[in-house]
Amino acid sequence: MKQQSPQTSQKPQASRSRQEPQTAQNRDGLSGGRALRYGLSFALLSVLLLLLFIWNINSGSVDLSVREILEILLWHRGDETAVNIIWQIRLPRILAAMILGGALSVSGFLLQTFFHNPIAGPFVLGISSGAKLVVALSMIFLLGRGITASSTVMVLAAFFGSMISMGFVLAVSRKVRQMSMLVICGVMISYICSAVTDFVVTFADDSNIVNLHNWSLGSFSGTTWSNVAVMTVIVFSATLLTFLLSKPIGAYQLGEDYARNLGVNVRAFRVCLILLSSVLSACVTAFAGPVSFVGIAVPHLVKNIWKTSKPILVVPACFLGGAVFCLFCDLIARTVFAPTELSISSVTAIFGAPVVIFIMIRRRRMA
Amino acid sequence: MAKEFFFYTEEMTVGYDGKPLIRDIRIELDRGEILTLIGPNGAGKSTILKSITRQLKLLGGCVWLDGQQMRQMAGKEIARRQAVVLTERIRPELMSCEDVVATGRYPYTGNLGILSAADHAKVRAAMETVHAADLAKRDFNAVSDGQRQRILLARAICQEPELIVLDEPTSFLDVKHKLEFLEILKQMVRERNVAVIMSLHELDLAQKISDQLLCVKGEHIERHGTPEEIFTSDYICDLYDISAGSYNAAFGCVELPPAQGKPEVFVIAGGGSGIPVYRRLQREGIPFITGVLQENDIDYPVACDLAAEVVKERAFEPIGKEAYALALVKMRQCREVLCPLQTFGAMNRRNEELLQEAGRLGLQRTAG
Repeated sequence: MKQQSPQTSQKPQASRSRQEPQTAQNRDGLSGGRALRYGLSFALLSVLLLLLFIWNINSGSVDLSVREILEILLWHRGDETAVNIIWQIRLPRILAAMILGGALSVSGFLLQTFFHNPIAGPFVLGISSGAKLVVALSMIFLLGRGITASSTVMVLAAFFGSMISMGFVLAVSRKVRQMSMLVICGVMISYICSAVTDFVVTFADDSNIVNLHNWSLGSFSGTTWSNVAVMTVIVFSATLLTFLLSKPIGAYQLGEDYARNLGVNVRAFRVCLILLSSVLSACVTAFAGPVSFVGIAVPHLVKNIWKTSKPILVVPACFLGGAVFCLFCDLIARTVFAPTELSISSVTAIFGAPVVIFIMIRRRRMA
Repeated sequence: MAKEFFFYTEEMTVGYDGKPLIRDIRIELDRGEILTLIGPNGAGKSTILKSITRQLKLLGGCVWLDGQQMRQMAGKEIARRQAVVLTERIRPELMSCEDVVATGRYPYTGNLGILSAADHAKVRAAMETVHAADLAKRDFNAVSDGQRQRILLARAICQEPELIVLDEPTSFLDVKHKLEFLEILKQMVRERNVAVIMSLHELDLAQKISDQLLCVKGEHIERHGTPEEIFTSDYICDLYDISAGSYNAAFGCVELPPAQGKPEVFVIAGGGSGIPVYRRLQREGIPFITGVLQENDIDYPVACDLAAEVVKERAFEPIGKEAYALALVKMRQCREVLCPLQTFGAMNRRNEELLQEAGRLGLQRTAG
């Protein structure tokens, strides 16, 4: 491991006796080098997010100049079609990509903490697919009775599905301790759920099935403002709660036994981790379908950019990183083969899966 | 006795999954004392420690810490009083040694766990206590076993506990690091007046560092006492079921079993000159007789463990006629005589005669 801080005060006697103010200054937990790294990393990702936001809102089948877009965004001024495209199509989609991307990364981070396993994530553990299955079933059921499912119903269905898959994964994790076995089980669960979903989708007869089919592959398209409102409430409150759990998460990183000795109520804490990660990934699945690998790749990249695993930094950084990652992937999904759209999951897999392979190889080398 | 101990247990029963493993455990410990659990592998030392640290539920009885029942104490309250060093290897991701030590401040920080200036000072002080200040910025996964244990001890120290529980803290360490680790521990116990409960595999170290020992074997605690009471050769052999070889209480070391068969060599020894010869003969598998040794001779206990027979004289007495005669008989039965002794004095004059006799018989080989 590389050392990041050039300023290591190796002479405690000297610094303690004479330079009280100087030590006091870096006593906020960050020696100068570290603080700089953290600050720069946040700044860098924020700038990237802003650039991607501009790029995203600026690209699409209808060409608009930056100036036009600015006017539309700020004053709703301009061609009515253009206003609609920006306000009703591009902007909600961008916000969805950002919020859901953040949610996926935080959810992945929680699962990695829970299983002490760097390649745990909502997608590889089959949690997304479980959610997808239940959402598909309930949509078909409701559509069959002429009811369009509301956002809330979709989220609830997804949460229910997530918890079922999670139950399986937890049962398996009691039996096997190996991380690769756990992931294999997750992938199998994921295949089973996807197969059943495909089956159901294929045989359901409704015009809305086209929509359902797109959704079941994963896409941020078709997001409405009411969707955005629901996901904002859910994702931000869950992320905030996660952030407030930073302290026990930090203790838990040393293992369950140390956490218990430090006064963490391990049982309650584990339940919180499961619920929060399920809510977050369920929310993503309800609105965008399954999105692969974000939950593994982003936390890993973030920890290596920030060079820390302290949850108090990693949680917000994951959210930011997930937003950037999904915005970038959605841009590619939308534009590379325009007007044909790729499913978001295939794009995130291209960038995310290599990270997983990399982690596996590195872990093997270290062991 | 109305004396209230700082830490004590009453009829504590421990085990896994509701199945009792060891019953009626009584531990009584004061501040500034070290209690060590010894006993064979799988006897339940870890089970006892895990029950004290609340990793396992007690199956019976209760544990008292400073006048309070631990069952009724809040997790955070216990966290401020009891710290642990566990055997499980931890592999935290991207954490420096300083970060690991800092987790010890957890019970003292606010809701978000942000460390204050005072907390940082304590982290640094703890690292200095274990002589690991220079490791602060190193990645925890990249340090050696010895360093890792010291860091984990520092973590426990900066938790400012009154009781530290350590599960086999020296198991993966080489001899230098074992000594270093225990020395730091001992010093800390003296300076901060904390109580320590730990399990050790190294009997020699357990004997030297502990104020009390608890011998764990079978369904109950076999013995409880001071090192002097516990460390007798017979008892240690019994505790560990040593049938091949022996444990030597005087030296706190183990010896392999003596060579079998008819004695071939006679060793005239004394004053420590015999030990290396005995060990060499044992290694080479040659049975031997040695003498004449006074019972207070340093060679004597080792001779008892390794020789087929020992010709002995009472302590502090010059070698008498009887012992000499017996030694002569025994020596004649051997094909060779070894004498590592260089000088003789008033007390072992007859050993010199024995050597001359061996020369006359043509048995003597000069090499020691």
